[in-house]
Amino acid sequence: MKSWLTTTDHKRIGLLYFWTAFGFFLIGGLEALIIRAQLVRPDGGLGVSAEMFNQLFTMHGTTMIFLALMPLSAAFFNYIIPLQIGARDVAFPRLNAFSYWVFLLGGLFLNASFIAGPLFGADRLSVAPDAGWFGYANLTSRQFSPGPNVDFWLLGLQILGIASLAAGFNFIVTILNMRAPGMRMLRLPLFTWMALITQFLVITAFPVITVALVLLMFDRFFGTHFFLPAGGGDPILWQHLFWMFGHPEVYILILPAMGIVSEVLPTFSKKPLFGYTVVVYSGVVIAFLGWSVWSHHMFSTGLGPIADSVFAGTTMLIAIPTGVKIFNWIGTLWGGQIRFTTSLLFAVGFIAMFIIGGLSGVTHASAPSDLQQTDTYYVVAHIHYVLFGGTVLGLFAGMYYWWPKMTGRFLSESLGKVHFWLTMIGMNLAFFPMHFSGLLGMPRRIYTYPAELGVARFNQLSTIGAFLIGVATLIFFWNLLRTRWQPANAPANPWGGATLEWAMSSPPPVYNFTVIPTVASRLPLWQTERHAPMVALPAEPPAPIHVPGGSWWPMITALGLPIIAIGALAHLIPIVLAGAAVVIVGIYRWAYEPFEM
Amino acid sequence: MGVDSRKMAFWAFIGSECLLFGSLIATYLVYKGRSLVGPYPHEILNIPFTSFSTFDLLMSSLAMVLALAAVQRGDMKQGKLWLFVTALLGLVFLGGQFWEFSHFLHEGLGLTTNLFGSTFYVLTGTHGAHVTVGVIWLLTLWIQAVRGKLGPKQALTVEITGLYWHFVDVVWIVIFTVVYLIQ
Amino acid sequence: MLRGAIYFDAVRFVLAVLLLFLTACSGQFPQSVFAPRSDFSTELAGLFKGIFWWAVAVFVIVESLLLIALVRYRARRGAAQPKPVHGHTALEIGWTLAPALILVFIAVPTMRAIFATAGHAPEGALRVEVIGHQWWWEYRYPTLNISAYNELHLPVGTPIQVEMTSADVNHSFWVPRLGGKRDLIQGRTNRIAFRADSTGEYWGQCAEFCGASHANMRLRVFVQSDSVFQRWVDQQRAAPATPAKDSPAEAGLQVFRRSACIGCHTIAGVAQGKIGPDLSHVGGRATIAGALFPNTTETLHRWIMNAPSLKPGVLMPPQNLSPQDLDAVIAYLQSLK
Repeated sequence: MKSWLTTTDHKRIGLLYFWTAFGFFLIGGLEALIIRAQLVRPDGGLGVSAEMFNQLFTMHGTTMIFLALMPLSAAFFNYIIPLQIGARDVAFPRLNAFSYWVFLLGGLFLNASFIAGPLFGADRLSVAPDAGWFGYANLTSRQFSPGPNVDFWLLGLQILGIASLAAGFNFIVTILNMRAPGMRMLRLPLFTWMALITQFLVITAFPVITVALVLLMFDRFFGTHFFLPAGGGDPILWQHLFWMFGHPEVYILILPAMGIVSEVLPTFSKKPLFGYTVVVYSGVVIAFLGWSVWSHHMFSTGLGPIADSVFAGTTMLIAIPTGVKIFNWIGTLWGGQIRFTTSLLFAVGFIAMFIIGGLSGVTHASAPSDLQQTDTYYVVAHIHYVLFGGTVLGLFAGMYYWWPKMTGRFLSESLGKVHFWLTMIGMNLAFFPMHFSGLLGMPRRIYTYPAELGVARFNQLSTIGAFLIGVATLIFFWNLLRTRWQPANAPANPWGGATLEWAMSSPPPVYNFTVIPTVASRLPLWQTERHAPMVALPAEPPAPIHVPGGSWWPMITALGLPIIAIGALAHLIPIVLAGAAVVIVGIYRWAYEPFEM
Repeated sequence: MGVDSRKMAFWAFIGSECLLFGSLIATYLVYKGRSLVGPYPHEILNIPFTSFSTFDLLMSSLAMVLALAAVQRGDMKQGKLWLFVTALLGLVFLGGQFWEFSHFLHEGLGLTTNLFGSTFYVLTGTHGAHVTVGVIWLLTLWIQAVRGKLGPKQALTVEITGLYWHFVDVVWIVIFTVVYLIQ
Repeated sequence: MLRGAIYFDAVRFVLAVLLLFLTACSGQFPQSVFAPRSDFSTELAGLFKGIFWWAVAVFVIVESLLLIALVRYRARRGAAQPKPVHGHTALEIGWTLAPALILVFIAVPTMRAIFATAGHAPEGALRVEVIGHQWWWEYRYPTLNISAYNELHLPVGTPIQVEMTSADVNHSFWVPRLGGKRDLIQGRTNRIAFRADSTGEYWGQCAEFCGASHANMRLRVFVQSDSVFQRWVDQQRAAPATPAKDSPAEAGLQVFRRSACIGCHTIAGVAQGKIGPDLSHVGGRATIAGALFPNTTETLHRWIMNAPSLKPGVLMPPQNLSPQDLDAVIAYLQSLK
């Protein structure tokens, strides 16, 4: 147990991220199911109160984005990247552990709000954030959100931001500096490339939301008027700052999954990725262009025709590199020998669903048309096609692909196929009708709707679909759990993959590679036109390999952050200072601890 | 890639911090001229005084350069001296900020008085917090040097400290220009 | 299994197109964007349809390619190792330029429509100011010197210039059949302009999350012929009806005067409350409580007795009126046509 608390091994940290994130994914899913249950009937639904509903959709969005999808990607960054680049660990193993603990504590802090009501003299148990995952000013002002709900939100997100930033710095250095000999940048596996681009987006986008949250904190705690018209402030400034973060954030969410798809398709087609260089550069272009589109989330705010035109234009432009990837994936499948493993099914599902989500995105790019679409269930359909149909399906593809490597055990393929088909049916049943309910006039974020709108039938379909997704996910959860009782007999390279993570045993030894390999191609383990497969690495290392021990300081330092947040929530300076002291002492002890890589 | 991992990580961090300060400066610029009540910048900002502060910080960067050069060549006597001078000049800057803020408060410009006050104090306060962290960092290194535990082998640590310190200085130049000089 | 996938997609696609046409029937879908009744909403519906068909074409082509690849190239026993194709420059150029070209066909009408719907009505338009409150709507007609609440009346065929702002948090004014939405933001004035083409009753609701009762902030627009509209304007301008002596409505007026009502509501000549909607002509409205309920004795009864139970978060507290007082007040309010 202690070894898990002090671990600095990227593989263990990856598994910690996985289970924690999957737990939050289930919680976020439960929140969605309650939302869908409430909306199955018009005119009051099943009786979920407006206040509870507003907390549910706020927490569903916040949980899925920050506590489930990003950390699930991080689980793979952690486990797979050092293996793919031929390294023994990440550049800063203790910083890596720190990121995990901060994530866990931030997630617990945020969810503690569900039961913290009594501590704040509230008349209900839950004071969970309730102003939306996007927290628009000036609804988030102290005047219109007097309780601690929004405070939980802005403090929780600031904690989580630190986790993401730390991981961002870590992986950038790892990928740039710790590649095995011969692994030039254009020989990097696609997953690692997309991860690298994602980390650059993280370290540039998160400071912007940090500033937005700090300004909101000042408005709520110290009486400033950054977003309050009474003092000359402009609520629109919040939207600009938030979406300057928020748009790169959606690429942070999708690029890793695109990276996974780019790994899975070649392996199960027995062909290299079609257009490797183009796929890499399209990712880079998407990252740059992603900074230029943010106000397409604000088309109804009255930006003016010139701004509307510019952002409509840039948004349409970004469809091009995105489409290019899809064509290259089809090109990878084309002419191959496709094995329909569950992993491949999910990767193909990603492509099929992302096409739909991407196309509805193009309809949003047209600013005037968007005036009928934005803030309705049409856009809820769009985001779930790209985030569920895209990111989640891509992550499932990664799970089935890399689970044998990470645990030495296979996930059941038959349960996997059931999971896949149930998920595909469920998600289309849940989200496709939302295109209609939206265009028939059902806005977002409403706890009930009148029967006269005529959207009850579509809502019923969506609810059934959502519950199907729930069943499918539970089947998957069972699939995960039952591997514990499986024999750990997965070979080093069960799928015949081409990249370095498949070079050693499943799971790899603690030091990853007995000998650091030298690579001569993008596909080190395959026979290519110009290279034989890499020589098998020895079973035992030629000399003892030093494995760094664990450290308590990442976890202890991380603990200081929620303490600061609790002090701020309670308006108690001594607690804030105590938390700061924990952080400072933690950093000093960390810095002076003898820790050999 | 030919750059030490810690240095590379620090450059990434500085890149990130550029976005942090960039957002704060953008907020300042967006709200420039939109305060509903005074005091207004032209009434209250003291350019001569702040020019001196700026000069002080620039000199501290020079001291930092000298400190690093000394440590790199193994001259720990000079290294200790210049590390201390850098920290001291940083403290002088902070003292100046403290004095300026007290003066402004006295003149009626508080954090919540108007948009100028809010954006000014949050921007310069964030910068001041960064300087404070830098001073603590420098003094920690100085104490290490006094204890004989800092030498040419730790030159990279001093170099990274220098990177941080110069960055904080550059941010100040931008703030000084945007807030004080261009009104 | 794969053929199943193809049928699955095909069936879904056909259903989509069918449903799309079905929804054009406006009758049972009062907030449908596909039943436009103004120049603004017609322009937007046309734009969407254009883009939609491009999207359908791309969808069919790309999904088909995907499915063909999956069927044709599935692994067969004893098959040779596939040719390791790494790329194809001409294809890359082709499938970069083709989408770019399609996007031009989408961008040009988009830019045109952006400027056409920028919200500036022609000279002589009727000006209406919309002020959003949590969770009700206030309308002012500056050139006609009247105000309305929750229900907007407009003359058919006349250009309307709507200027909107908020008294508190962000809201969004959305009447799908008359046009796209625009946000109401405190400290800013946003504009839309349109000309309603046919008379009728149009439904809308707030489309920007604005707190507890966001879902309950609804509105109605009554587009009327010039004469009917003028009659309505005159009615709003007139002083509120004085109830007949000794009538139940008169008793209600007395109850109103001595109750908490006057703290929040205005009735010209009777009360000057500024927190809730003006009730001077509430009897003439088709709905109450932010277009949440039809205006009937029964709904007024439930609303006045316990508004927060029907509309969470609303500022109007439950009222402690005796049954006779309540009936009297309702009679009075219903008399204020």
